[in-house]
Amino acid sequence: MAETVDSISCGALIIGGSAGSLDVLLEIFPALRKDISFPILLVVHRKASNQSLLTDLLKSRTTLTVGEAEEKEFLNAGKVFIAPADYHMLIEEDQSISLDYSEKVNYSRPSIDVTFQSAAEVFKEKLVCILLSGSNADGVEGLKSVNNYSGRVVIQNPNTAIMPYMPQQAVLNVEPHVILDSHDMADYINKLNG
Amino acid sequence: MISDAIDNEQVELLLNDVLETHGYDFLEYSHASIKRRIIRLYGLDNFVSFAEFRYTVRTDKQYFKRFLEEITVNVTEMFRDPSFYKSLRNDVLPVLGTYPFIRIWVAGCSTGEEAYSLAIVLKELNLLNKSLIYATDINPSVLDKAKKGMFPLNYLKQYSENYLQSGGLKDFSSYYTANYSLAKFDESLNSKMIFSTHNLVSDHSFNEFQLILCRNVLIYFDKDLQHKVFNLFDSSIEKLGYLALGSKESLEFWPKAKEYKRVKMEKIWRKL
Repeated sequence: MAETVDSISCGALIIGGSAGSLDVLLEIFPALRKDISFPILLVVHRKASNQSLLTDLLKSRTTLTVGEAEEKEFLNAGKVFIAPADYHMLIEEDQSISLDYSEKVNYSRPSIDVTFQSAAEVFKEKLVCILLSGSNADGVEGLKSVNNYSGRVVIQNPNTAIMPYMPQQAVLNVEPHVILDSHDMADYINKLNG
Repeated sequence: MISDAIDNEQVELLLNDVLETHGYDFLEYSHASIKRRIIRLYGLDNFVSFAEFRYTVRTDKQYFKRFLEEITVNVTEMFRDPSFYKSLRNDVLPVLGTYPFIRIWVAGCSTGEEAYSLAIVLKELNLLNKSLIYATDINPSVLDKAKKGMFPLNYLKQYSENYLQSGGLKDFSSYYTANYSLAKFDESLNSKMIFSTHNLVSDHSFNEFQLILCRNVLIYFDKDLQHKVFNLFDSSIEKLGYLALGSKESLEFWPKAKEYKRVKMEKIWRKL
């Protein structure tokens, strides 16, 4: 399952997670290098009313710039863009962000599928998507699109996930490039090059 | 949903047809979002080919009604962002209450949830009888729903929570009667509403207002179109009137933004 990541050129990294993913994020972020050379996007299921909790938590754990995605904002290398609570986050051809308040997908808004799918088309083989712990199957369809456009599919080892259902569904339905334990993820991301 | 069922060129073909045949211009909508809506509808309605889809959109007037309703986003809520409604209640509407007559435009009102929320706040401030709410949307079929003032009962618990958080003074259920699966809102609320189609892309200013509410509409437009719509609003707002946007929308990059002053932390601006 192991592969060398030295050769991977990464245009954007998207991490999707639901229940049980916060612990993983809090483990990854302090260990990331300061000179990350691509944008990092986060799509995490949470209550619509929890406006800035996730942003504040992550800000306190990393030197990277972390913020809630603003609509029409351009994706900059080294910055972390968090899909705002209660909006879908889509990526435009010009690598700017569109927000969308349309119907929930997989009972979720933001939906991981929506962001994975729209970014897959834009970044193609330069997209890296990581799916973490969760208790529904959001993200699985999105990972299929990422695969179709030759992007990289990374799935958290379900055995290390607090809620294994989401990564399990992904492993069953999508051929991953790599399955990683949560404590190997920061290292994997640090080896990606923009 | 098969996310790559329709490519960018086909989206452009379709949107050009829609403009030429039906006069609706979606070419300056945010591309990723409108494309997703198109692919979603294509999948929902089980078309076998893009050619068939395109032909139906172009020639079938009845189907085009559905197209228009599904391609635009009509998800809305009562008292969405309670802190926003709190600010309307405490900071904006009392100021407008000093006028002899209050004219409000809810632009892109969809099925009317925001217009009814606003009417409730006006009523509690004893301002509804001297107010007029113009509620407009591109889409005639959602306006028909808005006129009826009936919303699915299963959302009312959430709306009621929002209402209380926004500083609502009453028992929320006193504003509606439950009718099977729907909540029918009090007719005193929509007696002060005028519903009309209006296309923000192509139609002009039609009155002057002291407050324009346009929330979660501009996120679907590209930057140029957003600026055009801000200009339209600017020519429709009286001096010292207010413009209210959605929680992720901003006047920030519009050249005339300096002529507006932000009201506290909310997405509300006052024309200077």
